Amino acid sequence: MSSLGELRELAINARRSGKRAKERNPDNKAAYLFLAPWIVGIVVFTIGPMLASLYLSFTDYNLLKSPLKNPPDFIGLDNYAEMLGDGAFWNSFRVTVTYVVVSVPLQLILALALALLLDRGLRGLPIYRSIFYLPSLLGGSVAIAILWRQVFGKEGIVNGFLAIFGIDAPGWIGHPDYALGTIIILHIWTFGSPMVIFLAGLRQIPEMYHEAASVDGAGRVRRFFSITLPLLTPIIFFNLVLQIIFAFQTFTQAYVVSGGTGGPADSTMFYTLFLYRTGFLEYDMGYASAMAWFLLIVIAAFTAFNFWLSKFWVFYDD
Amino acid sequence: MTTETVTKETVHVRSSASYVARRRLFSVLKHTALIVASAVMIYPLIWLVVSSFKPNDQIFRDLSIFTTNLTIENYINGWNDLGASFSTFLLNSTVLSVGAIAGNLISCSLAAYAFGRLKFRGRTLLFAIMLATIMLPFQVVLVPQFTIFKELGWLNTFLPLIVPKFLATDAFFVFLMVQFIRALPKEIFEAARIDGAGHFRTYLQITVPLMVPALATTAIFTFIWTWSDFFGPLIYLRIPEMFPVSVALKGFLDSQSSSDFGSMFAMSVVSLVPLFIAFLVGQKYLIKGFATTGIK
Repeated sequence: MSSLGELRELAINARRSGKRAKERNPDNKAAYLFLAPWIVGIVVFTIGPMLASLYLSFTDYNLLKSPLKNPPDFIGLDNYAEMLGDGAFWNSFRVTVTYVVVSVPLQLILALALALLLDRGLRGLPIYRSIFYLPSLLGGSVAIAILWRQVFGKEGIVNGFLAIFGIDAPGWIGHPDYALGTIIILHIWTFGSPMVIFLAGLRQIPEMYHEAASVDGAGRVRRFFSITLPLLTPIIFFNLVLQIIFAFQTFTQAYVVSGGTGGPADSTMFYTLFLYRTGFLEYDMGYASAMAWFLLIVIAAFTAFNFWLSKFWVFYDD
Repeated sequence: MTTETVTKETVHVRSSASYVARRRLFSVLKHTALIVASAVMIYPLIWLVVSSFKPNDQIFRDLSIFTTNLTIENYINGWNDLGASFSTFLLNSTVLSVGAIAGNLISCSLAAYAFGRLKFRGRTLLFAIMLATIMLPFQVVLVPQFTIFKELGWLNTFLPLIVPKFLATDAFFVFLMVQFIRALPKEIFEAARIDGAGHFRTYLQITVPLMVPALATTAIFTFIWTWSDFFGPLIYLRIPEMFPVSVALKGFLDSQSSSDFGSMFAMSVVSLVPLFIAFLVGQKYLIKGFATTGIK
């Protein structure tokens, strides 16, 4: 089960049990010793910084000044107000949402389709699985993003292939209408990891369900829509939610494919790339913090919306 | 087609010859589609490797991957093309990876033992917090974290990239190990308790040896993610001598004017080789890790 599934279960249990009888906790001392590194980590590197960045988002914090010697000026909601009127900010938001909304579903559909093709004792399964899985392990690296620039460049292999059919295509990377598309394709290319999860999910569907349905005269298609798909919906759902969360944070590919500029014409200026440039190249850390919190709120909203939507299509066996 | 295969194929369903023929056709189509898909998936990688051995002026003149005109010149030229020797970058990436792996293995397994085996006050709440941090976008802690490391004088050192790993900040691996520990048979722990083993001994001498597969999954994922990590090194490391391969490769983008594609491809291949080896060695653990926990 994914971390998200586990969290959902904890929430359900908490709602069901209400006030619990006093539990005996015989391992208090040992447990907190084992947890000590994690607790220090979560306080110093997660909860503390979260609160600090919330505060900093209401300040004018320049990276070059030490916040200990020169406490940043409190400016209230100015950073957020500035965001609302900032065309470059909204452009990066639009680019990122487009990327997320297009690339995540396409990748998952492809992953699911391939998982279904590979399911159940197909000859050569391990070889196919390895070939499809490998790109998802390499896809996050700078080297692959560099390769992508050349694959979709003016003289790259994509255009070389199109030339066979006499098509004279533009340089995809350098064209404002297509550059984002190449990064979306790069994301789709890494469909191997969700595919492996779907394969594992398919394997957990008891064989007898299919046998029983066969005996009742259900064909392939009917069995897919009445058994396989409903039982797979929780896995599809968790994949969807988590992939959306991570896709919002895409940085390396956008940085490398655009050479760090977010170009051409800001068409690949991803949210995180814009945030990085604001904070680390223009030193405006207050604004960057406000952007980070806005991102958190957007991601939370997407996740909440997905959970609400899930009531209509996700089937829980429990 | 022999009668034997016919009976075999049709043993539980319909027994008409046309059905068998249809199934055959379906299978051929399926494999054709899969082979084409595999070729499309893998072609860019093969092109990358072949191009890295082509003379620089041939790479875009002839896009074919079938050529006999091969040279290792790109590797020789590229090795010292980026402000420092590529051996330095490889060494830096290795140090970062080893540090991150050690940190994750130790700190995450300690936390996982507590969450997976022990009963204590606040367990549910802390566990929920731990799960939630897996999904937290790191940008929201980025600025203060950077400030902390800057004030500590840790910029241009590996410490910001390694120290947090020793504090179990990669919560995903805590979760992965908790899942694994929960699935271990309870009797083993019961026996250890009866034999008088304390929690630390139970952790070290019973749990750790039993969870080697989960530790292997953690080590391999940590390796792949650390080796590929670009953002962390980009903001914390500013001098070429400290660069890992990911940030070093960026140098080829800055000096596009030279358009030495051969060197760029060659060094890209070098940077991917360790990942490829990790994939070959660890495929079993990677797939198993994914299968038990989902992506994250």
